[in-house]
Amino acid sequence: MIRLVKRPQPSAAWSYGAPLLAVLATILAGGLLFFFLGKNPGEAIATIFWEPLFGEFAFFYRPQLLIKGAPLVLIAIGLSLGFKAGIWNIGAEGQYIIGALCGAGVALAMYPLNVFWLFPAMVLAGALGGWAWAMIPALLKTRFGTNEILVSLMLVYVAEQFLASMSLGLMKNPEGFGFPGSRNLQQYPAAHNAEIIANTGLHWGVLAALISVIFAYVLLTRHRLGFSIRVTGDAPRAATFSGVSPKRLVIFCLGTSGALAGLAGLFEVAGPAGQVTIDFNVGYGFTAIIVAFLGRLHPVGILLAGGLMALTYIGGDIAQSQLGLPAAAIQIFQGMLLFFLLAIDVFTNYRLQIGRQEAA
Amino acid sequence: MDLSAINPVLLLAALLAAATPILLAATGELIAEKAGVLNLGVEGMMITGAICGFATAVETGSPLLGFAAAAVGGAALSLLFAFLTQVALANQVASGLALTLFGLGLSALLGQSYVGVKPPRMEDVNFGPLADIPLIGRIFFQHDLVLYLGVVLVASVWAFLKYTRSGLILKAVGENHDAAHALGYKVVRIRTLAIMFGGACAGAGGAYISLVRVPQWTEGMTAGVGWIALALVVFASWKPWRVLLGAYLFGGITQLQLNLQGAGVAIPVEYLAMSPYIITIVVLVLLSADKAQAPASLGRTFHASQ
Repeated sequence: MIRLVKRPQPSAAWSYGAPLLAVLATILAGGLLFFFLGKNPGEAIATIFWEPLFGEFAFFYRPQLLIKGAPLVLIAIGLSLGFKAGIWNIGAEGQYIIGALCGAGVALAMYPLNVFWLFPAMVLAGALGGWAWAMIPALLKTRFGTNEILVSLMLVYVAEQFLASMSLGLMKNPEGFGFPGSRNLQQYPAAHNAEIIANTGLHWGVLAALISVIFAYVLLTRHRLGFSIRVTGDAPRAATFSGVSPKRLVIFCLGTSGALAGLAGLFEVAGPAGQVTIDFNVGYGFTAIIVAFLGRLHPVGILLAGGLMALTYIGGDIAQSQLGLPAAAIQIFQGMLLFFLLAIDVFTNYRLQIGRQEAA
Repeated sequence: MDLSAINPVLLLAALLAAATPILLAATGELIAEKAGVLNLGVEGMMITGAICGFATAVETGSPLLGFAAAAVGGAALSLLFAFLTQVALANQVASGLALTLFGLGLSALLGQSYVGVKPPRMEDVNFGPLADIPLIGRIFFQHDLVLYLGVVLVASVWAFLKYTRSGLILKAVGENHDAAHALGYKVVRIRTLAIMFGGACAGAGGAYISLVRVPQWTEGMTAGVGWIALALVVFASWKPWRVLLGAYLFGGITQLQLNLQGAGVAIPVEYLAMSPYIITIVVLVLLSADKAQAPASLGRTFHASQ
C-alpha cells in the first residue's frame, strides 16, 4: 500500500527540484504530443529549446528572448507577491491592456510634440493605469468582501472591449487610411521605447523587469512588509495577531501587481508592438501566472522561469514556421508545465510511504 | 435607433437559449462546490466540451451524440483537476487556472480543422399543438431538447441535495471533510465524482454554445461564460433554483445587449458587449455580503492524516 505522509518540514531539495522535474516531464509529454501530431519529437523539442539559443539564426532570436521575457517577468513578479499572501489577481491581462492604453494615450495626445519628459510621463501613466484597474477588485474586496478572482478576471473582458473601442475609435490613426489601430509609436521618437543598445533587445522594459526582481527580493527578504506577506500566506490568523492589516495587504499586493502589469503593457505598446491594435494583447497576463508558479513565487526563480517561458514562445514560433507545428500545441505545452509542476510539488510537503501502515 | 426592431417574444425565447450554457455549467459547479471543491477550470472544461461536441456532431451528424461526447470530454478533462487536487493535494485555485489554460490550448488544437464548418442542426422538440399557442408557444415550446434537460437538471440537483441520502453525504463532505472522513465517508471518491459531474455539465454547456447558440467553432468562443458561471454560483448562494434565476438574468442581459447592437442603439458595440461582465461584477458586489451559505470546507485541501 502506498500512502502520502506529511513531512514535518517542507523538503528543500524537492522545492528546488520540482520545477526542473516538471520541465523534464513536460518535454517528455510534449514530445509525445508532437509525435501524435505527426512530427519528429526530437526535432520539435530541439527546435523549441535549441534553435533560439544556439541555432543558425540565434543572433536574431536571442534579443527576442529579452523582448518576450521582460513582460512575463514584470507581470509575474507582481502576481507572486499576491499569490504568496493568498491574494489572487488573475486579471493581469486586463491591467496590461489598460496600462498600454493609458501610456499610449498620453503619447497620442501629445503628438507630434518631441520633449524629453514625454516617455517618463508615459511610464507613469502606464503604471497608474494598471494600478487603477487593479484597484477595482482591491477596493471591492476590502470594502464589500467581493471575490477578487472573479472581479479581476471579468475586468479582462471589459478591458479587451475597451481596447477594441479605442483602436477603432478615439485612438485610431487619423492618417491611417481608415485601418484600425493607432499611430505607430516607433515612428514617434520622444515616445518610442527604443533599444538601449541596438540589436540586443534590451529596452527599458527589460531594465524595469530586472529592477523589479531586485526590489521584490529585497522586499521579501529584508523588509517588514515582505515578512507580512509571507506570514499571511502561511498562517493568516497568526498574521492578524501580529498586527498585519489584511486589507492593506490586499491593496498593496493588487496595486503593485496592477502597476507592474500596466508598465509591461506600456513598454510593449511603445516598443515591440508599436501601436494600439485590437489584437494587441497576446496573453502575457495569463502566461505570467505559469511563470510565477514555475519560479516558486521567488524573484530569482521567476526571472529564470520567465526566460524559459520566453524560450517556448520563440521556439514555438520557429517550430510553427519550420515544422508546421500548430500554435495551439505550444499553448498546451505551457499549460502542461503548470500541471506537472503542481503534481510533482506534492513531494515538497509529503513523502511516499510504501508498505504497511504502522500501528498507531 | 429602432427599438421597435426588438421583438419581446423573440427576445424572451432567445433568453432561454442564451441562459442554457451558463445554467448547465453553473449547476455542475454548484455540485462540485457543495462537495467542497472550488474548480476554477470551468472555462477550460466548457471550451473543451464545445469542441468535443462540435467535432462529434459534425462527424456523426448527430447533435445529441455531440452533447454526449462534450459531457465525456469535460468530465475527462476534470479528471486532471481531480488528480491534482485530490491525489497530489495541489492548491485548488492554481489547479483550476491550469485547467483553464490547458483547456484553451487543447481545444484550439482539436478545433483546427473545424473552423468554418457548419454543424448539423439541433431539432426542436415537437410539442404539437402547444407550440402553436400564441406568444407562450413561441417562448416556451419551440426549443431543442437540451434546453429542457437543463431545467430538469436543476430540478434534479435540487431534489438530490434536499431529499436524498447521497445528497446529504455530499453536503457533509463539503461542510466538514474531517468529520465526514471520521464517519467513514470516502471524501476523495465523493469529491472526484462531484468534480466529474461538474466537468460533464460544463462540457455540455460548452457544446450548447458551439452547436446551438452560435453554431460554429471559433477559438476561445466561450469568451468568459465559464467564469460568469462561477460567479453565478456565488450569486445563487449555492442554491439550485437561484442558479436558474441567475442564469435567466444573465441570459437576458446577453440577449438584450445583442439585440440592442442589432437595433443600432447610440451606444457603441464594444460598450454593449462589456455589459454582461460589468453586471456580473455589480451583482457580485451586491451579494457578497451573503457569504454564510458557502460550504465551510470550500477550497480546502483534504488529507487523511490519521
